[in-house]
Amino acid sequence: MAGKTLFEKIWDKHVVTKVDGGPSVLYIDRHFVHEVTSPQAFAGLRDRGIQVRKPEKTVATADHNIPTLKQDQPIQDELSRFQVNKLALNCEEFGVPLYGLNHKWNGIVHVIGPELGITKPGMTIVCGDSHTSTHGAFGSIAFGIGTSEVEMVLATQTLLQNKPKTMRINIDGELGKGVVSKDIVLYIISQIGTGGATGYFVEFAGSAIRNLSMEARMTICNMSIEMGARGGMIAPDETTFEYIKGREFAPKGAEWDKAVEEWRQLPSDADAAFDKELVFKASDIEPMITYGTNPGMGIGISKSIPTFEEIEKSTQATFKKSMQYMDFEPGDAMIGKKVDYVFIGSCTNGRIEDLRAFAAFVKGKKKADNITAWIVPGSHQVEAQAEEEGIRQILEEAGFEMRQPGCSACLAMNDDKIPEGNYAVSTSNRNFEGRQGPGARTMLASPLTAAATAITGKITDPRDFL
Amino acid sequence: MPIDKFVKLESTCVPVPIENVDTDQIIPARFLKATTREGFGDNLFADWRYDKSGNPKKDFVLNDPTYSGKILVAGQNFGSGSSREHAAWAIAGYGFKAVVSSFFADIFKNNSLNNGLLPVQVSKEFLEELFQAIEKDPATKVEIDLENQKITLQPNGPSESFDINPYKKKCMLNGFDDIDYLLNISNEIETWEKANS
Ligand code: SF4
Repeated sequence: MAGKTLFEKIWDKHVVTKVDGGPSVLYIDRHFVHEVTSPQAFAGLRDRGIQVRKPEKTVATADHNIPTLKQDQPIQDELSRFQVNKLALNCEEFGVPLYGLNHKWNGIVHVIGPELGITKPGMTIVCGDSHTSTHGAFGSIAFGIGTSEVEMVLATQTLLQNKPKTMRINIDGELGKGVVSKDIVLYIISQIGTGGATGYFVEFAGSAIRNLSMEARMTICNMSIEMGARGGMIAPDETTFEYIKGREFAPKGAEWDKAVEEWRQLPSDADAAFDKELVFKASDIEPMITYGTNPGMGIGISKSIPTFEEIEKSTQATFKKSMQYMDFEPGDAMIGKKVDYVFIGSCTNGRIEDLRAFAAFVKGKKKADNITAWIVPGSHQVEAQAEEEGIRQILEEAGFEMRQPGCSACLAMNDDKIPEGNYAVSTSNRNFEGRQGPGARTMLASPLTAAATAITGKITDPRDFL
Repeated sequence: MPIDKFVKLESTCVPVPIENVDTDQIIPARFLKATTREGFGDNLFADWRYDKSGNPKKDFVLNDPTYSGKILVAGQNFGSGSSREHAAWAIAGYGFKAVVSSFFADIFKNNSLNNGLLPVQVSKEFLEELFQAIEKDPATKVEIDLENQKITLQPNGPSESFDINPYKKKCMLNGFDDIDYLLNISNEIETWEKANS
């Protein structure tokens, strides 16, 4: 019998039963809940007169719809305040642990799960948020679900799911100077498109991935949804164990040894077969930037936007619409383009390593006058650590201000909206029309590219400074 | 919550011939502050549909009285991006019963099915034919027959068959809901939990 993939090992272990000719009933080890996609699910439980089946396997945070300034004061926006309060009421009624606003463990759901040691290899993890794929970096099956499914998991701790196909994406070799994990994932998406992995669960492998830190791995798995994948994952290894060890909810003592022993069995067997395999060379990747209105419209920063003729006929209309929205001309160079905003944050690049990289880059330099910069840590713990390491001070000396944690301008549900027509270089994950505010124009890039741009005031290749 | 039954539908269509329509376009994040499922239809495609002051933009199809119907026909890779089920609620809330495209994002597909909104995936060629037929005559009707998994351009074709998971088909035909199914097997779940704890 052929070996099993990482995905299959975890999946098979969690199948409770299978519906005849239909999906599997998949047991869920951990369910993350946030304020935006849960109220209707809790209401559903109430309508049915049922409880949360396993409150202890559920954890909630407020992140999407909270301000990133003055968090100690009541939320100004009435609807936001109501929604955040609703989460607190629901959690209380149903006995779900909540790390709400101002809790020391509050933060973006995909930042706090890993940093608290809740996310562990071999688990099944879901959340009503597509970037749940982030947790796959630990060698778990983690994916986003809709609100009906949130209700399903709250009610039954299981989910009806069709088994996706498996894909492995290998990235081998050494990354060039100034090239980081965000560039790897933007590169892959630019190559295979936003639908390139639809229907698949993707395992990222290869020497370039193995050499990454956990936080860098999370950035890659985070954006697997942007290539259409159901989720992304990376086999656990020493780097993974090292990261988890000693964290709040990590196993301790003898349990730790036992857990690590089990986790070591998880990586895909050598003879495991994937439905599809792709291979990329790390040396082909340069710092990336997007020029259009989906994450697949990305190029190496030194390249020019494709010309109309270079675009496949069937996507020409979409390309044209995108160029109009961004007010870019096909064939334009990206370097030197004017920028108004720089956003550092989100579950993609709002972790301590991202802040460190940004701070190290801007240290001793000055923010360009034309740039408004929002630096938003992914969690209170990240914020506290940045404080401790002197990052806040470095930022302030360079003319940057650090805000309080939350999703912020990643989706612009709160007041952190990029004004209409303005250009933002953003370390988040989506450059859709209006994603960062009505009429906002987003260019996705790494924290290094964002730092270089914040210093010069225009799109800048970070390698110029290295 | 029980969903609406879907057996057969004949209707005119509303065309949105744009590719990669993501859920931020279907319903922008600033409208996600509600805590019920109602009312999202009013903000379906909000940024394409209304100008800054909230007036309807004439050139957007939902504001064009020429087009109406219960079937939304959209370009490929429909519903990508955020997992927000509000996108399905907005489309269903507006009055659509089915969405036709040549490709759907995974989560959107699940969300639609969980809300009695049928995603019908057709070939690129068939989608092109639909767009052309609707453009030529906005009164063109399309029939979607779920029992036989067939979509037909009325009156005389062409038609194409479409895929749907047999379990989901049964749910749609009967208006069943996944949670009822899972609640019914809670003993089995408990047994599994005991064996795996
Ligand atoms: S930071 Fe952005 S992508 Fe991440 S959970 Fe928040 S809104 Fe979603």
